[in-house]
This record gives sequence, structure tokens and C-alpha cells, in this order.
Amino acid sequence: MSQSNNQSFAVELDQVVHRYPNQQTQFCFSAWQVSQGARIFLHGPSGSGKTTLLNLLSGVLVPESGAVSILGQPFSSLPARKRDKFRAQHVGVVFQQFNLIPHLSVIKNIELAAYFAGNKQSVRTSAEQLLTQLKLPMALLDTAASSLSVGQQQRVAIARALINKPEILLVDEPTSALDADARDAFMQVLIALCESMNTTLIFVSHDQALRAYFSDCVSVKALQQEEQIC
Amino acid sequence: MLISFAVSSLKSRKKSVILTLMSLFISVSVLLSVEHIRLQAEASFNRTISNVDLIVGAPSGQLNLLLYSVFRMGSATNNIDYKSLTMLQQHPDVEWAVPISLGDSHHGFRVLGTSQAYFDHYQYGNKQHISFASGKPFKGVFGTVIGADVAKALHYKLGDKIVIAHGIGAVSFHKHQQSPFTITGILAPTGTPIDKSVHVSLAGIEAMHLPPAKLSKVLAAPDNTDNPLVKPDSVTAVMLGLKSKFATFTLQRELNNYQDDRLMAILPGVAMAELWQMMDSVENILRIISVLVLVSSLFGLSTMLLASMQQREKEIAVLRILGAGAHVIFMMIVTEAILIAISASIGALAFVSLTFTLAKGWLASHYGLFISANLLSWHTTFVIGGVLLATLITTLLPAFDAYRNALHSKL
Repeated sequence: MSQSNNQSFAVELDQVVHRYPNQQTQFCFSAWQVSQGARIFLHGPSGSGKTTLLNLLSGVLVPESGAVSILGQPFSSLPARKRDKFRAQHVGVVFQQFNLIPHLSVIKNIELAAYFAGNKQSVRTSAEQLLTQLKLPMALLDTAASSLSVGQQQRVAIARALINKPEILLVDEPTSALDADARDAFMQVLIALCESMNTTLIFVSHDQALRAYFSDCVSVKALQQEEQIC
Repeated sequence: MLISFAVSSLKSRKKSVILTLMSLFISVSVLLSVEHIRLQAEASFNRTISNVDLIVGAPSGQLNLLLYSVFRMGSATNNIDYKSLTMLQQHPDVEWAVPISLGDSHHGFRVLGTSQAYFDHYQYGNKQHISFASGKPFKGVFGTVIGADVAKALHYKLGDKIVIAHGIGAVSFHKHQQSPFTITGILAPTGTPIDKSVHVSLAGIEAMHLPPAKLSKVLAAPDNTDNPLVKPDSVTAVMLGLKSKFATFTLQRELNNYQDDRLMAILPGVAMAELWQMMDSVENILRIISVLVLVSSLFGLSTMLLASMQQREKEIAVLRILGAGAHVIFMMIVTEAILIAISASIGALAFVSLTFTLAKGWLASHYGLFISANLLSWHTTFVIGGVLLATLITTLLPAFDAYRNALHSKL
């Protein structure tokens, strides 16, 4: 905990306690640091607090007590609007499914992310680059998101999450709707992209077969085992 | 960005959005029409007659007398003696007297028997005199001056010979075939019932009712208006201009108590106000109904947005994670509602303008209402502004719902 002022951490949790309203269970993450550029495989059974942790890291949830710091910024204590802006600029998120706004085209979906981050420049070129790296055909840019296959949607979601070149990418069970081949292909492009952009990746899954792709492997249960301390 | 997102989102929910749009479109159209007719009717009524101090006719009601003498609507219950006209013309308080003789028609347009004084003294609008687009007042027994709309509708020009029928229907069985009238003048448009009138001399009215034997004698000397055969013995009403406005009430009382004939004198302004008061309550009812229709369609809009909120929970979660604040979600819902309201208002404006352009002639000929098709006025702006404001207020509920939703949306 003496390292809490160290700026090199991408993510730092300090005595974070969260309890959902009307619920008895409380989640407690006493101390966790993720250094920049790390690729973390976060696993654990359902209900163990994986999604809660991601919500806290993305700033959608604010902890009851304790502090979440992102890139050295006391993220959880920022006012709501600043937190939203900070998330748009520094944190990319990919969900399990339903990542894209179905009635918008692929490029519009990507532009939306740039818009909320305050990125005024045209994103078309960088979107095209990302699409190539993700092995997606360029023609996809102007098709409606709803007409894409699930695998394609997940890749576009990664392109959108990375369009603002965030330092941190949070990914929540992105492969659960993919078959084995698609899953492997997806993992390869994801890891390759994160490596090339030096993005800190926090990947949540209960699929142990994927852990080979990661440098670190963390159990959510283990994070909370230290709960007794706090 | 917000607007293009809202448009795309609305497009993806086409069916419910179009139904909501239609209901709002209809209610805004109703509201705009009611407001427009109200203003235009008032203006149209008030500009019909100007600077006439008294209207004298046979005793009936003052509204009845006003309607048939000024608006050419309905018919007179009785006529007044020609001698009374002479008395009025010679009365020391009277500056001018315009006789009016009604009861005949020409292809559905009312025929008005009058004298030269009509062209000299009758005023409409803001004290404007009648002016001629071409030709001059009639002379002799068989001259006629037609209004602008008559000339346009029947394609008449100066010098045409026309036949005037007895009765006031568009189709008449008893036509005065033997008494052709020559058009000596066409009046400039006034936007009042004058445009729809065929003016002839009082002698002309008499002539067309003569049996053929006597008529041929009149036709032999068409310029002699003093011919005893065409001497009128009654007129329908007389419009008076007085030398001094102060004499109005004295003369009105004097005429109402006149012993030699049964007369009734009315003040056009007072009668007009009474007519308007009568219309006022009807108008207010229409207004209340149209506002209620608008309110109910705005509730429909609000319901549509609320219902869409459930299917959009995920969409809102995506926007939130991309960095959209809850206030952005709030603005998004408001933008959608305002977009619908603006399209409905523009549609309604176009529709009502088109309707009035098409119905203009019909309204004028059947109801004597001269309604302009131009809706662009401060009042319309005000009405549409009100619609948008009401939309904003009714959208607050779904927008706050979305805002709350956004605050608690999670992965």
C-alpha cells in the first residue's frame, strides 16, 4: 500500500467496498495494482464479483468507500461528468454481447466513441486501420451494425473501444457467443492489437482455456480473500 | 451528432414513430386551422363595411338586417317603401344614402339593385372606396357592374350581355330571358362580398320583373330610367352616412319611431360586435377542443417514448460506457420528441396552407368568409412555439426516466 502514489500503475484499488442497494452481500477489494501494459486474465465463478469489479473500474459504479485510481487519477472521486469524459478518453470497454447500436452503421458506432471522448478529427482512417488489423473487410464500415454476425460485432466493438487509443481496455466475456475457431481468431487479434498499442488489458472470463494468452492470471475470489483485512 | 443519432434511432422505430407523428400532425393541423379561421374571420368580417353610420331596413332583428344587407346572406323578411328612401335622402342629417335591393341572382351570384351613390360612398376595409378595374358605373336601365370574382368565375368582360334570373338559387327555372344586361364595369377585388355581387340599377331590378309586353316598351328606350314602368316602389335596405356622428342616435330613434313606414335602423358596429360575440363562444369551444386533442396526442408521444425505454436499456448502457453522461441521454430523448413535434408542425403548416388555398373560393361563396391561405404570421409562430413548449413539458417524464435509467445502467 506504500506504493499507492506510484504513477506507473494503470489501475489501483485501495480499500474499495461496494454494496448494491437492497442487498446484504458486499464486495471488498482491499488492494490491487495493475501495472501499465499488463494483460490480466480475471476469472472466477458467477456471482463472485467480476462484473462488479469491471463496473467499478469503468467508473459506472462508485464504491461506497475506498478509492479506485486509474493512471494515477483518483477516478472514483471525480464528479460524474468528468468521470464520464475520463472513461471516454482512457478506458475502452467491450461487453459480452450487444456492444453496438444496431440502427447505426459501423463507422457511426465508432464515430460515437470518438465524439464522446471529444475527438473532433475524422476517425475514418484510423477506423480503417483498426479494421484491417482486426481482419475485417473495409466494406463493413458503412453497413448497419445489426446486419453483422456476432463475431464481426465483437471485433467492431474492439475497434470502437480502441479508437481513442485508451490506456486501459476492459473486456467482459467477449467470446461466450463465439465458437472455438472464432474464439481463437478473436483472441489472437485482440492480443496482437493490445501489444502493438501497449494497452493494459483486463479480460474477464470463466473459460480457463483462454488463460494461455495472458501474462497474469488473477482470481476474483483471491482478490476478495483479503477482504477480511478491511 | 445528437440530432443524427436521434434521427437514426427514430427511423429504427418507424411504425410507432409514424403513428405518433400522424396523431400530432392532425392535432396541430386542427389547432392551426381553428386559430387561423378565428383571426381571419374576424378580420374579414370587420373589413366588410366601413364608415356607414346607420343601416335602415324593415323591422326584423339587427343581425338579420346586417347579414342580408352587408354579407348578402339569407333574405330580407320585408322591404321598405321607396318613399322612405326619398325621405332619407332629403333628411337634413343625412349626407348620403345608398339604397339596396336584393332578391335575384345570376349563376349563383347575388344581384344587388342600387344607385350611383353606391359607387360614390360605399366603403370597406380601412375606409377604402370601391374602385373599378375597368369600365365605369352603369347608366340607363340595363347596365350592370360586376364584382371581381364574378368576372373571374364566369369569364366576363366589358360589353358582354348577361341574363339575370329571378330568385337566388344557382339554378333558376324562371329566367328573365328577355331582359339582357350589358356589363359596363368590372370592380377591383376587395376581399368582401362585393366581389361576389352583380350590381344593377334599381330601375333594372324593376325591368327584369316586368311582363314581356311592358318590357319591350322599356327596351325601346333603355336609357330612360324615369320611365314610370320601371319606377321602383320599394327597396330592401338603405345605408346612411351622416353629416355628424353625433346625430346617429337621435336619427336612429327617430327612424325606429317613424309613422309612415315600418323602419328599423341599426348601427353596423354594434350589430357586428353582437355577431362576433355569438361566434366567440363557439370559437372558444373549438379552441378548447383543439387544445385537448393536442394534449392527448402529446401524451401519446410521451407514452411512445416511455414504452421504447425498455427496449433501449441496452442502448443506453452502451452510450454510457462510451462516455455519454446521463444528461446526454436526457437530451437525446428530448431531441427525439422535439424532432417529432417540429416535423408534425411543419407538415401541419403545409397541409393547412394547402387546404385553405383549395377551399378559399368555396368558403367565400358559401360563408362569405375571405380566408387568406398565408399562415405565416406572428400568431402562427406563437401557436407552434406553444406546441413545442408543451412537447418539451410532456417529454420531461420519459426523459427523466431515461436519465435515472442511465445513472443506474451497468455492464
